[in-house]
Amino acid sequence: MYEPALEEHFDDFARQRHAARFGMWIFLASELLLFAALFVLYFGYRAHYPQVFSEGVGHNARAIGTLNTCILLLGSIAVALAVNELRRSRTRSAVLLLAATTLAAIAFLILKGSEYAAHLQEGIRPGGQGHFFLEHQEPGWPIFFTLYFAMTGLHAIHVAVGGVLLGGMTWWVARRRVGAAGAYRVEMGALYWHLVDLIWVFLWAMFYLMGGHG
Amino acid sequence: MKSYLDHRTTVGSWLGTTDHKRIGLMFLVATAAMLLLGGAFAILLRLEHLTPGPTIMGAPAYNRVFTLHGVIMVWLFMIPSIPATFGNFLLPVMLGARDVAFPRLNLASFYIYLLGAAITLGGVVASGADTGWTFYVPYSSTTFTPVIPILIGVFILGWSTIITGINFIATTHTLRARNMGWMDIPLFVWAIYATSVIQVLATPVLGMTLLLVTMDHGFGWGFFDPAKGGDVVLFQHVFWFYSHPAVYIMILPAMGVVSEVICTFARKDPYSYVAIAASSVGIAFTGFLTWGHHMFTAGMSTLDAGIFGALSMFVAIFSAIKVFTWTGTLYRGQIQLRSPLAYVFTFLFLFVFGGMTGVAVATTSLDVHWHDTYFVVAHFHFIMVGGTLTTYLAALNYWWPKITGRLYPEKWAMVAAVLTFFGFFSTFFPQFLLGNGGMPRRYYDYAEQFQALHLISTGGSWILSAAFLVTIAYLGWSLVYGEKAGPNPWGSRSYEWFTSSPPPPHNFEETPEFRHRPYDYHERIGT
Ligand code: HEM
Ligand SMILES: [Cu+2]
Repeated sequence: MYEPALEEHFDDFARQRHAARFGMWIFLASELLLFAALFVLYFGYRAHYPQVFSEGVGHNARAIGTLNTCILLLGSIAVALAVNELRRSRTRSAVLLLAATTLAAIAFLILKGSEYAAHLQEGIRPGGQGHFFLEHQEPGWPIFFTLYFAMTGLHAIHVAVGGVLLGGMTWWVARRRVGAAGAYRVEMGALYWHLVDLIWVFLWAMFYLMGGHG
Repeated sequence: MKSYLDHRTTVGSWLGTTDHKRIGLMFLVATAAMLLLGGAFAILLRLEHLTPGPTIMGAPAYNRVFTLHGVIMVWLFMIPSIPATFGNFLLPVMLGARDVAFPRLNLASFYIYLLGAAITLGGVVASGADTGWTFYVPYSSTTFTPVIPILIGVFILGWSTIITGINFIATTHTLRARNMGWMDIPLFVWAIYATSVIQVLATPVLGMTLLLVTMDHGFGWGFFDPAKGGDVVLFQHVFWFYSHPAVYIMILPAMGVVSEVICTFARKDPYSYVAIAASSVGIAFTGFLTWGHHMFTAGMSTLDAGIFGALSMFVAIFSAIKVFTWTGTLYRGQIQLRSPLAYVFTFLFLFVFGGMTGVAVATTSLDVHWHDTYFVVAHFHFIMVGGTLTTYLAALNYWWPKITGRLYPEKWAMVAAVLTFFGFFSTFFPQFLLGNGGMPRRYYDYAEQFQALHLISTGGSWILSAAFLVTIAYLGWSLVYGEKAGPNPWGSRSYEWFTSSPPPPHNFEETPEFRHRPYDYHERIGT
């Protein structure tokens, strides 16, 4: 079985593992701040246009949003278990769990895509373009949906990246390219997925739950 | 014994290197080129101000030139300058490590920098944007000049900065020599560490903001467009949330250089190691809470203005702690006045000047008078050029023997240092008076009564250029004719001087164990 080599600038494996994990956490902090700018905008504008934002939430499919939340959470559980299984050299179940997470990414994107399609149908596009905005002229509508597309879109890109990453890792583990000693590498993918999941939980609240009953 | 420079010499061995020293050196060449390019634009700006009315260009050209100058100096030179070059070269050596934690990412960050620079400069070739380096909306989302390549370029550069920051933080945490505790780390590393924290946490906010402006400009998304319910002032908040901390990305590494140079040439341990290290972290932290001082005139309640003003002054307190600690270190030291120390003296003088005027402009009532005048231009140049650029030159001289293995000619270095001081002072001091007298910034034209001061300022810029030319000449000369430096020409106790100059590929022949702290000058050297 192939395992990651000790790189020459590290004295031992423990440090190499520690560095990788630590670096990943810092990267995730950075990612979080990438979204933070958008969160600031969202809450800034929500304070400006509370009514529109609350009604806007009603135009999003709460059921699909909630289903997607469940899908991401299940993916998170699966990938966490996968790392655990791999550490104990139970390769078979690790592969299955990783594959499940990859599927979760795909399912999420399909559902998200169907929502976008519905919005386009309704005449809602970013930048206040589309016939929807002819009927909804109050200021705030364009910004609500522009933020919706920007934030969920950026998040969807992250899901896609996570899917590719975990898909690759599934293949890796299946081909026995990485085993118990390399489990920390799969853990990197898991951490990334947890972040994607965490951000979605907030987006779910902001775009599907907070308001909607007009 | 082969050094990192000559153990392999093919072009491929450079372009594909993961050695942090080679990467640092490549960053040095790239950022120095940017400094010269930005400097050339500065000379044009000053030339335009030789006489009132159009001298060599009109208003649209002037707007583009100051934008290019600002963009190149801030995003392409200042931010990567000390961290990506000297930080890259020295941080692992000072920690006794063989490389940074993620060497391949480190190389990637260099190429990302090149990509960002190429795209940004592509905007220059396409005639240049005219938004200023601050990209304020609504102007930046509507101007017909090609602003998108510059926005995208700066966004990409941000990722280079973030990756470098991640690498330095992880390296400091995980690759210190076996018996090195946190309080044994050289002060330069503390400064780079604090800088990295800002790089990692603030840069993504800027990156996102610029991306949003790109969408506004390119696709009319209207994040900041009042016609679509957007808010232009919100842009300023998110922009300065990054860009104020960014000024500490520029100054903190400089402060690290100052600590090293002073301890070495005063032959003393710092007056208080803890005060210097902790104030770096303090500045990094409070820097996140002061952005509002750029917006006193943009519509802000008196209470908010008061809070932002007061918080800004905290930064001055931390900076003052540093300045007092440095002077306390010099006090009764065995001072050797070498050119790096001469640059550091310049730094101390100009930085105090710049810092005090910073406190002044953080006072709301005064800022209303000075905002958007040359007073502000003078203020930030006192810190950025008087502070950071002088220490960049100090670092270049101080570590030159370590990096190249050659000594530079001290006499010429002194000439350059003195020219830099006088050139700088005559360029920028008159600008305080200009600003106070009412000269607005970002104007190609001015009223007759300002001409005398503008004349002095332009003359100063020529002295400053002379200093640069002298520096380039003597450093180039020393590469060929300079004396061999030996491992420790300054008799320093800091760790990077314990390996040969230039260092071997993995920094130390054997894994080092440092048996003393980096500034223990009272013990005998040579353990
Ligand atoms: C490390 C070196 C330098 C940095 C980081 C720097 C940075 C900046 C920045 C950020 C601006 C603001 C641009 C804007 O308002 O859009 C600026 C403007 C300017 N700088 Fe520099 N600068 C440096 C060196 C110099 C030098 C050496 C000179 C003169 C020889 C110079 C002359 C000017 C002038 C004339 C302006 C335009 C002011 C205006 O019209 O508002 N700068 N610089
Ligand atoms: Cu500021």
